[in-house]
Amino acid sequence: MTAAAVTTDGLTKRFGRQVAVDAIDLLVPSGAVYGFLGPNGSGKTTTIRMLLGLVTPSAGTVRLLDRPMPRGAGDVLPRVGALVEGPAFHPYLSGRANLARLDDADRTSDPRTSRARVDAALDRVGLLAAATKRYRAYSLGMRQRLAIGSCLLRPRDLLVLDEPTNGLDPQGTREVRSLVASLADGGTTVLVSSHLLSEVEQMCSHVGVMHVGRLLVQGTVAEVRSGTEAQATVETEQPQVAARIMRELGLRDVRTTHASAVGLLGDIAPEKIVAACVYQGVPVTGFRVDTPSLEDVFVTLTGEGFDVSG
Amino acid sequence: MSAVEVGSTPRTRILSTRFLRSELRLIFLRRRNIAGMGVLAAVPVLIAVAVRLSSPGRDSGGPDFFSSITENGLFVSLAALTLELGLFLPLAVAAISGDSIAGEANIGTLRYLLTVPVARARLLGVKYAAIVVFAFAATLTVSLTGMLMGLLLFGGGDMTLLSGSQIGFADGLVRVLGATAYLSLCFASLGAVGLFISSLTEQPIGATIAIVIFSTASFILDSIPQVSWLHPFLITHHWLAFGDLFRAPVAWGDMTVGLYVAGAYVAVFWLAAWARFAAKDVTS
Repeated sequence: MTAAAVTTDGLTKRFGRQVAVDAIDLLVPSGAVYGFLGPNGSGKTTTIRMLLGLVTPSAGTVRLLDRPMPRGAGDVLPRVGALVEGPAFHPYLSGRANLARLDDADRTSDPRTSRARVDAALDRVGLLAAATKRYRAYSLGMRQRLAIGSCLLRPRDLLVLDEPTNGLDPQGTREVRSLVASLADGGTTVLVSSHLLSEVEQMCSHVGVMHVGRLLVQGTVAEVRSGTEAQATVETEQPQVAARIMRELGLRDVRTTHASAVGLLGDIAPEKIVAACVYQGVPVTGFRVDTPSLEDVFVTLTGEGFDVSG
Repeated sequence: MSAVEVGSTPRTRILSTRFLRSELRLIFLRRRNIAGMGVLAAVPVLIAVAVRLSSPGRDSGGPDFFSSITENGLFVSLAALTLELGLFLPLAVAAISGDSIAGEANIGTLRYLLTVPVARARLLGVKYAAIVVFAFAATLTVSLTGMLMGLLLFGGGDMTLLSGSQIGFADGLVRVLGATAYLSLCFASLGAVGLFISSLTEQPIGATIAIVIFSTASFILDSIPQVSWLHPFLITHHWLAFGDLFRAPVAWGDMTVGLYVAGAYVAVFWLAAWARFAAKDVTS
């Protein structure tokens, strides 16, 4: 039994009168892939900066890999790979020279293996061919890869990846997902933030959802989803009739459009709906059951769309 | 196996110059800085060539060392240092020290250095060590180029001091190097001011301008007799004291005070930089 990789207790950050992060209790279990979700401006990056000791909390505490932060930074951070608010490197140095510089700055890394580890990291993010190119000539996607590569200079126990798929094309996004999966398989805990819920939904075991500085909900993906019910949709030329049948079966919140009826499924077995419709002569042209996406969960929790937090 | 055991417990090297060497490569391989060094080196070349081409015997009315250049090439170094300590050398130190923290903050690499992790005190220490090395390198560039051009165009030999007495060539060489070291330490103290100013902002150019304003304001105040009480405390007040090395016997008084003043500036501004940077929220 190991301690949680990340815990915060009442973590708060105020900038002047504005409360950017409001008393959040984060819990990232060891070995989890934790999706840290929330719209732009909801306080994710400020939280991550506090986890890493870049920003001092106004109140509350942080424990990273069972050590207090920022006091334990020297011991803990070498075991943590971090990508914070996008890539940042020296524009006139090559990708390889930039990673070598970060490795040089690390007092705990072995200089004899530096070159090999830098190249292995570049290779892992597909940049070995562009290793000698200046960073300023890199595309946004390549820059993002280099930043991820810098987290892989040595084995890590925890990766903190803030919006790792920003600027990546669909292919790059898939690669990041599989990279995260393979690292998680190796035992690394991953905290990955995103404002694109659907993007990380598929790779996470746990999620936490931020909204205007507060942590609305966190837990395993199943736990978080359980708060929202699946909905059934019957596509038909007679939506009013279908809606009546669905209500009779016990579906709630049934509503109709010009060619479909939609309702919350609850405990009702979905196959009953089609059977009932056909039995009563309603021509069914299509039927589907949608399990709620995290975006639906978010809308349910906040009553608003997943836009920029004010 | 627990996830926490994946990475082996890192071994920390207490004495490692890797980061400093990386910092120096960053400074000395940057094209902008190489060009700046070229400008610093151009001044003694210009002086030597101009004096060589001008008709001998005519007093130009320039700084003291000028009239002695034709006697001994080593004076080219001293003339160049005298001319450059007003603007070019402080500007060079201001560019490097202004860039030290603000430059990293500006492009965002500061947050990645701190999460490597580089402890904040260590970052300030390494940045300042690099500034000091640069101050010496810049000053030496001027003085060595001056020596080279001077010896080529005017030759060496015994050195006639301003007071009229003569010293041997080797002695003269040592004294020029001594003057170079003294000025380097003076510029290093300006670099400490620069480190502090650089920790205040994310705009390296703004920091550089502020540092040049600081040294120039110091020169201006130094030339206003009504505030003479302030003069001994000005960072630039004792810079010209290096000329005392070329008296017989050497007058150490002003230079010793100059080193104390430089040391005081380093201590005060280093502490200020630390106080400012230690708990600063890095949001760049």
